[in-house]
Amino acid sequence: MFEEYLNLAVKAIFIENMALTFFLGMCSFLAVSKKVETAVGLGLAVIFVLTVTVPANNLIQTHLLNEGALAWISPEFAGVDLTFLNLLCFIGTIAAMVQLVEMTTDRFFPALHATLGIFLPLIAVNCAILGGSLFMVERDYDFGESVVFGLGSGIGWFLAVVALASIRERLRYSNVPHGLRGLGMTFVITGLMAFGFMAFGGIQL
Amino acid sequence: MAVKKSEAALDPLFNNNPIALQVLGICSALAVTTKMETSVVMCAAVIGVLTVSNLTISILRHQIPNSIRIIVQLTVIASLVIVTDQILKAYVFEISKQLSVFVGLIITNCIIMGRAEAFAMQNPPSLAILDGIGNGIGYSAILMVTAVLRELFGSGKLYGYSILPTVSEGGWYLPNGLMLLSPAAFFIIGGLIWALRVYKPAQVEMDG
Repeated sequence: MFEEYLNLAVKAIFIENMALTFFLGMCSFLAVSKKVETAVGLGLAVIFVLTVTVPANNLIQTHLLNEGALAWISPEFAGVDLTFLNLLCFIGTIAAMVQLVEMTTDRFFPALHATLGIFLPLIAVNCAILGGSLFMVERDYDFGESVVFGLGSGIGWFLAVVALASIRERLRYSNVPHGLRGLGMTFVITGLMAFGFMAFGGIQL
Repeated sequence: MAVKKSEAALDPLFNNNPIALQVLGICSALAVTTKMETSVVMCAAVIGVLTVSNLTISILRHQIPNSIRIIVQLTVIASLVIVTDQILKAYVFEISKQLSVFVGLIITNCIIMGRAEAFAMQNPPSLAILDGIGNGIGYSAILMVTAVLRELFGSGKLYGYSILPTVSEGGWYLPNGLMLLSPAAFFIIGGLIWALRVYKPAQVEMDG
């Protein structure tokens, strides 16, 4: 049981890294990676929101949307299949969760809110978050697995964005060809990092 | 805001390309480009959703209260994506399986939110449609170039037909497996951006 979860976590963090293997959350990945400080802030917020939304969406999927899931209301609803609504439900949950997380941190952890504050609204449209929920559905994770998967893929994204930001801070001192400066160079670096992460590919636990 | 119609449609192709300059919608651009077939379907889906969402939001732009506009935009886009997803599942099931989660991820594709927020909220429907088509095509242009390069050199095929006969099929071309892996997509798009900026030097970022 425990080994299975560990395996899933390692897979989500390194082997199937959200940012470098599936290209999810690329827009904010490229936009906030100019400074390590902001990258850490956004990375933490992503870990947090993924860990909350993936299990929440898992509950919605299994108890409300799947075929026959509504049978707990009354047997008449046993044949209802609402899976086609999952995109709309997930994005709603994510937006609501982000809002909720923002209000809670503001009330109880003002210091944390000051660090994460401006990033939280951005996260609602970060594809890594919605992607996490969609992968959870596609791979049929149960509740426990989806907690581990959410946390793991959040950590993976965090690692990738902080690493990229550190490299870009150093890059300021190097002489990059004119046209490649900025976005172009960032793409090439991300490509090289993806190579690095591919080295984890053979790991089996 | 006096934007000419021709500008609304043509600007996004080279002068203001959504991928190369606005840094929007990169996630899906990289993930679906290993084959031309999937990229064509993806491009069609994005152009369709983008045009209709721009139109809808532009029509509603005086009715949407400012404080909840993001939720309204997301709902419009999510409904359109659900329709697209169902159509794809009905008519091209195989490809929709290969695209897996990326059809759903059109919702969070920043191009669509970005254009709704930046353009459709301020402009009349006719311009918003053109802007949607223009940006969709600008996005597709980069996607198609990347897909052609990756499929041709990665598996010696174009749109599923053999162009360079591979060694395993008795030909001479040894496929470059790297092209099918994720890093290649980053390199190709990085290179495309470089090429575009050599052609249009005004887009060079001096501080990065």
